[in-house]
Amino acid sequence: MKPEDLDVKAAAELSKQQAFDIRLFTCSSRGCQSSEALGVIAGLKAEIKARQLEGKVQVNGSGCMGLCSKGPLVRMTAKSQKDILFSEIKPEMAVTVVEQVVLPVLEGKKVENPGGDLKRHTLDLNDPFFAMQVYSVLENNGKMDPEKLDDYIARDGYKALRKALTMSAEEICKEMLASGLRGRGGAGFPTGMKWDLTRKVAADIKYIICNGDEGDPGAFMDGSVLEGDPHAVIEGMLIAARAMNATHGVFYIRAEYPLAVERVEKALRQARAAGLVGKNVLDSGWGFDFEIRLGAGAFVCGEETALIASIEGKRGTPRPRPPFPAVKGLWDQPSCINNVETLANVPLILLKGAKWFASRGTEKSKGTKLFALTGKSKNNGLVEVPMGMTLRDVVEKLGGGTGSGLKIKAIQTGGPSGGMIPEHQFDTPVSYENLQMLGSMMGSGGMIVIDENDSVVELAQFYLDFCVDESCGKCAPCRIGGTQMLHLLNKIVDGKGTAQDIKTIRKVAKAMQKASLCALGQTAPNPTLSAIRHFEHEFTERLLPAAPPQV
Amino acid sequence: MSTPIDVATTVKVVAARAAVEPQDEITLIANKWKMKRGSLIMALHDLQSRVGYVPRESAMKLGRQMGVPLARIYEVVTFYNYFKLEAPGKYVISVCLGTACHIKGSAELLSGMERELNVHEGQSTPDKEYHLQAVRCLGCCGLAPLVSVNGKVYAKLKTTDSRTVIDRIQIDKPMVEADQELLAD
Repeated sequence: MKPEDLDVKAAAELSKQQAFDIRLFTCSSRGCQSSEALGVIAGLKAEIKARQLEGKVQVNGSGCMGLCSKGPLVRMTAKSQKDILFSEIKPEMAVTVVEQVVLPVLEGKKVENPGGDLKRHTLDLNDPFFAMQVYSVLENNGKMDPEKLDDYIARDGYKALRKALTMSAEEICKEMLASGLRGRGGAGFPTGMKWDLTRKVAADIKYIICNGDEGDPGAFMDGSVLEGDPHAVIEGMLIAARAMNATHGVFYIRAEYPLAVERVEKALRQARAAGLVGKNVLDSGWGFDFEIRLGAGAFVCGEETALIASIEGKRGTPRPRPPFPAVKGLWDQPSCINNVETLANVPLILLKGAKWFASRGTEKSKGTKLFALTGKSKNNGLVEVPMGMTLRDVVEKLGGGTGSGLKIKAIQTGGPSGGMIPEHQFDTPVSYENLQMLGSMMGSGGMIVIDENDSVVELAQFYLDFCVDESCGKCAPCRIGGTQMLHLLNKIVDGKGTAQDIKTIRKVAKAMQKASLCALGQTAPNPTLSAIRHFEHEFTERLLPAAPPQV
Repeated sequence: MSTPIDVATTVKVVAARAAVEPQDEITLIANKWKMKRGSLIMALHDLQSRVGYVPRESAMKLGRQMGVPLARIYEVVTFYNYFKLEAPGKYVISVCLGTACHIKGSAELLSGMERELNVHEGQSTPDKEYHLQAVRCLGCCGLAPLVSVNGKVYAKLKTTDSRTVIDRIQIDKPMVEADQELLAD
């Protein structure tokens, strides 16, 4: 494909799309597929075909539209009226959707608030859950089919790559740096700086690696992005490759996400066939290709050096840094590892400009952030909010509170590496610094809501148990410290703990934080420490009653 | 009385056996991956997706063909939670113990399953019909708590739903789809 062919393709696809009066998008991501979304798509297709409306109505799959707890979601876009978002549509309801909405709209009627059977299956797009989100990485979800390359191209896909091919590596790094984009995997290292470090290392072979391991239990943003917009991540990686003169791309995706793997494989095949990936990218003479490697269920593999070991086919144990992967990474070659969401932001920044990106967010945390809002939240699902939105807005307005009448006690961000944030601190704006200041961290974006009936002691135990289970065992502070801490915590949960145990937990935690080899061990004590810090009474209530004084 | 030998059928049967004979699949897997550096984990994924676990004999053959010592294979298989060393039951029931599911009572759901099937987590029923395992987050947190059976997800369950899920399995009979990619590549 030549650079100018992108415009031709986009125009052709757009005019094809405009020929349809109605386009239906059914979420075909993992969550909705488990609620029979594929049956819904098949049902809609059959209804449309039976009525010979194939020229007027297009039936598509789509990426995640956010409100996973109400899936399968179906979005209808029509030329003649506002969009409608249907929820909890079952395959047998396809006929109702077509008869009560599609047909009347085709006849020129306005059906913006369907009544009858569909009334309770129609979501209000003005509800804060949708209205307060700022879609950027998720912009394409619900508006295109992730399995169709032309759909992506029609939505300005691969135009950022085209631009990158006219820029020098240094210029791309500078643009990234100016945007203020920071790693969305959790640590928040400036992406432009990371690229620039790798760029400056001279080598014949360099790797750009996409970290799609997403091991945080309770987070599904990266999986959703890979499933919902795989080409955006591929394009982000191609741009990253140009920025640091990388020669090979590797997707590392957790095996528990078979659909994400399938979508990336398919997208790569399409991109190769179209000349966007392969020997001659966009007819530029530059060749670049990707490999896919699967994780195998190890949380520690989210850590860069452990991830590299895993790609090399070994046990995923981290090694001391330096040397950093930018100098000595995969197969001892300079390597740059970026998170899925980070990479999905890249094409947008290059196309719309660093200034546009930096216009959202706080002073040091720019852009938007995806969160997987789950737990006791009324609205469960994937949300994208601008940095700087208060936690209260996210939890209470977007999330709609608990919906059960119970009060929210706290949220946990950052998964097993993060901490609990009590309700009285919810007015804090979301940023890397603020969350750290509160004793938690941004993490990859899990946000678990717990209510007044949930025990923070047991939640801390849950996370610590997870970290102990996932510790690779290489360094003693994490392997032994974690186990000892868990013993003490178990004792407290069982009502056999003493005040001294809480003190010892603090001591062990400090040793783990200071002496562990990698972030897993360094951060494993965080949930427990934050729980003790904010809810110490819940721990002391469970302690053994103090022994009566000896006479 | 001797049975006449139908040559054509015999050839077909032999060919069909060869096609499903796991040892030959191992050669296919080894050939697919042995030229790619560091591909042991990928080869093991292929093996497990065909056989359901990593049998010792298969691992030995794979190792010989890929030039990887058995000890290294064992080292890798035991490190990663995903790989199994024993044959699981026909229906692998994965109870999600991710945080969202945990908050919504997945531990109770799991112990209900253990009671119903009379096995512990990580074990198979004696008749090899069910294998019960706990997994860390299947990424459908919005639908918590949930259970996945051979890849089919039963979502938005109640903590008391263990019997219901088992009954549904017998109706749905979810089966693992064979890995079609392997032979295509």
